Amino acid sequence: MSGHGKSMNLTLHVWRQKNAKDKGRFVTYQARSVSPDMSFLEMLDVVNEELTQKGEEPIAFDHDCREGICGTCSIVVNGRPHGPRARTTACQLHMRTFKDGDALVIEPWRARAFQVVKDLIVDRGALDVIIAAGGFVSMQTGSAPDGNAIPVPKTDAELAMDAAACIGCGACVAACPNASAMLFTGAKVSQMALLPQGQPERYLRVRKMVAAMDDAGFGNCTNHGECEAACPKGIKLDVIARMNRDYLKAILMGAEESQGGGVG
Amino acid sequence: MELKANIPSGPIAQKWSKHRFDMKLVNPANKRKYSVIVVGSGLAGGAGAASMAELGYNVKCFCYQDSARRAHSIAAQGGINASKNYQNDGDSVWRLFYDTVKGGDFRAREANVYRLAELSVNIIDQCVAQGVPFAREYGGTLANRSFGGALVSRTFYARGQTGQQLLLGAYSALMRQVGAGQVKMFPRHEMLELVVIDGRARGIVARDMITGKLETHLADAVVLATGGYGNVFYLATYAKGCNGTAIWRSYKKGAAFANPCYTQIHPTCIPVHGDYQSKLTLMSESLRNDGRIWVPKKAGENRPAHQIPEEERDYYLERKYPTYGNLAPRDISSRAAKQVCDEGRGVGPTGLGVYLDFADSIQRLGAEKIGEKYGNLFEMYERITDEDPYKVPMRIFPASHYTMGGLWVDYNLMSTIPGLLVGGEANFSDHGANRLGASALMQGLADGYFVLPYTVGHYLASTRLDKVDETHPEARAAVAAVDERMKTLLSMKGKRTVTSFHRELGKIMWEHCGMGRNKAGLEQALQKIPALREEFWKNLNVPGSADDLNQSLEMAGRVADFLDLGELMCQDALEREESCGGHFREEYQTAEGEALRDDERFCHVAAWEYAGEGKKPIRNVEPLVFEDVPLQTRSYK
Repeated sequence: MSGHGKSMNLTLHVWRQKNAKDKGRFVTYQARSVSPDMSFLEMLDVVNEELTQKGEEPIAFDHDCREGICGTCSIVVNGRPHGPRARTTACQLHMRTFKDGDALVIEPWRARAFQVVKDLIVDRGALDVIIAAGGFVSMQTGSAPDGNAIPVPKTDAELAMDAAACIGCGACVAACPNASAMLFTGAKVSQMALLPQGQPERYLRVRKMVAAMDDAGFGNCTNHGECEAACPKGIKLDVIARMNRDYLKAILMGAEESQGGGVG
Repeated sequence: MELKANIPSGPIAQKWSKHRFDMKLVNPANKRKYSVIVVGSGLAGGAGAASMAELGYNVKCFCYQDSARRAHSIAAQGGINASKNYQNDGDSVWRLFYDTVKGGDFRAREANVYRLAELSVNIIDQCVAQGVPFAREYGGTLANRSFGGALVSRTFYARGQTGQQLLLGAYSALMRQVGAGQVKMFPRHEMLELVVIDGRARGIVARDMITGKLETHLADAVVLATGGYGNVFYLATYAKGCNGTAIWRSYKKGAAFANPCYTQIHPTCIPVHGDYQSKLTLMSESLRNDGRIWVPKKAGENRPAHQIPEEERDYYLERKYPTYGNLAPRDISSRAAKQVCDEGRGVGPTGLGVYLDFADSIQRLGAEKIGEKYGNLFEMYERITDEDPYKVPMRIFPASHYTMGGLWVDYNLMSTIPGLLVGGEANFSDHGANRLGASALMQGLADGYFVLPYTVGHYLASTRLDKVDETHPEARAAVAAVDERMKTLLSMKGKRTVTSFHRELGKIMWEHCGMGRNKAGLEQALQKIPALREEFWKNLNVPGSADDLNQSLEMAGRVADFLDLGELMCQDALEREESCGGHFREEYQTAEGEALRDDERFCHVAAWEYAGEGKKPIRNVEPLVFEDVPLQTRSYK
């Protein structure tokens, strides 16, 4: 912000794909006079303005809040989801991370469960399907007891919050060699399992969510840990361990609809 | 146009419970025969869609994002107010009501505000039961913090991500209903027209943003929860996609637009730093609990902050408003920041910034404690500015953040088009001319969980609706109008991009209809905007086609509506010859530079009615009556 650092020239190799049926290919663009204080998406904005002025179609990419919380942006830079900076979404990545003359390869999330819609935009609807399978507490609006009726130990609340910080961007899936959604699913399972409100449906929830995850075509976890490294919100692998424990218990207990209460 | 507020009779504290009894109910077995469209999936829309589906209505919910979970409510940081009085510090429903009416500078509707304060306690219960991980004390009870415009500690929070957690709570309830087949979600769909049949809202025309297909969706009632229109300023804390199209299209179909000039300029945002900048980022008001705002005493100071000795600093909020200090309400804090910058005492490379300094708190509480409270905000600040707020003071400046104005609604949240209800930021009713911090989340969820499910039912139970389908001439006309518009936008192939028009509009609005407004400036804006619009419709360049994902085309439609909406804002600001809350007309101020209301002439809601293309809209008036919080000059000194 203080205006330090000179402007840079970069070479971009950007994935262009007209729609889901198109094969897609890399196209090379030059990004000139890039200020180090720009965000990565602002750099793309400038490239897009130039393309538009030349009468070409701009690069389509997903973005919305541009402050790292909505989870919409989903760009792989040089092989890393959200780019090289740890715990940072693409929209919060600033060009000062790069240097003059760098070549950047820019791609969409790649995973079996995420179909490319156009250029850098993919369909992440499968993540919603996992939540719809059980990522909630079954309660009717209006039926809640007083907020302080059930005390929650501060440490549990903090751990639940750590898991709940997931923004649902799908970087974990994009980073995983198996395109697994275990970190995403585990985060929601953990949040609920750590809180008293999540207990009545705890085991049925994990079975349903895992089943939905498998059905959607996400791969399994083979402990690479790439998801944790890519997660812009620092969600820990612990959530997968917790989900696996709960899942095992649920199988052993034979948690069924009849025992678990009204999930779904 | 007749504006019937439909405020229930009786003492204010009993209005809502009396009204709940008086409202008609739909037989549980008949609820499945009704369908409701909800546009928007944020706090108001998501909570409303979920709650109505739980009751048994068939709900269709639309959002432009790729998932309901991404609505911009998610970005709210600081917290949500509720008059629980868990802190034993003198809070009550009445006090929250009082603070909100006063905070809104006596331009809100008393009965709505009271209901909001009353429902605030249910919201917290609801969210806790959903598994929202609010901050807790060591004993396991809920923690609170303070926010601007209040002397009690009534704000509940989840680190600096309260909006995210509340939205994910509503989203989980919504997805539960999606799983149950009671809600059908339409992500990446944008509402582009309202369908009005026989004077009632009966549906929408939405564009599938992937295929470009225009779809007609019909229902028995339509709920808009599409958020605010602050992106009219181009640079704002809103998400890039936030827009005013749904409410603007509805305005043109007969829904009155109330107080469009009431916009909130939030005092603590990261300052602008370049021409390429695409948005502004908020730094939560909660930071003012521990951060002190100051500028150098002398103009043109160029030493870095740490070299400026204590006696040469002006902690201007603490000086001017000793009772509320750094927690003065947003409108007042923003204006004070503008004032010191106008005096040449602003900091940073542009001179448009003030310090928000944590040095004292870090010394008192330790960096760790501060990190626990605000860690994610400090990190976000550092990502953007490359400066570490643990070491150097933050630099902040006001930015467009919220719009108190919106579609006019009665006590039932019904617009002037029967069957069209409006919730959350998209309506106008609860915040008057200035919204207090941590009240937006409260209002969105109150409308969604606890008001709309009742009032929509009441409307359905008391209305006879004919069956209609897509072949109805009104539905066909609505589709044709959208189609025509798209074609026009694509066909000009002019020389300027959508963004360049949006930026220019934003500059006009910020300069003439921003933190300070005056007659001459507004009149100038009312010249410049139509000229810009004329150029827009001749010289716009939108690449691509309409039957494909086309982000330029999406933006073009939104900016076209902002060009109209911005003009109405300026008109409203020009005709409101007083200062109140966020609407500061420079001609009307006290000797000390505070807002000077004119209750004789302007103690009312201005509800604008569309009069046809090229005609001046009609300004209707709903008088505001203050029986329970008597009109007084707002003071935070």
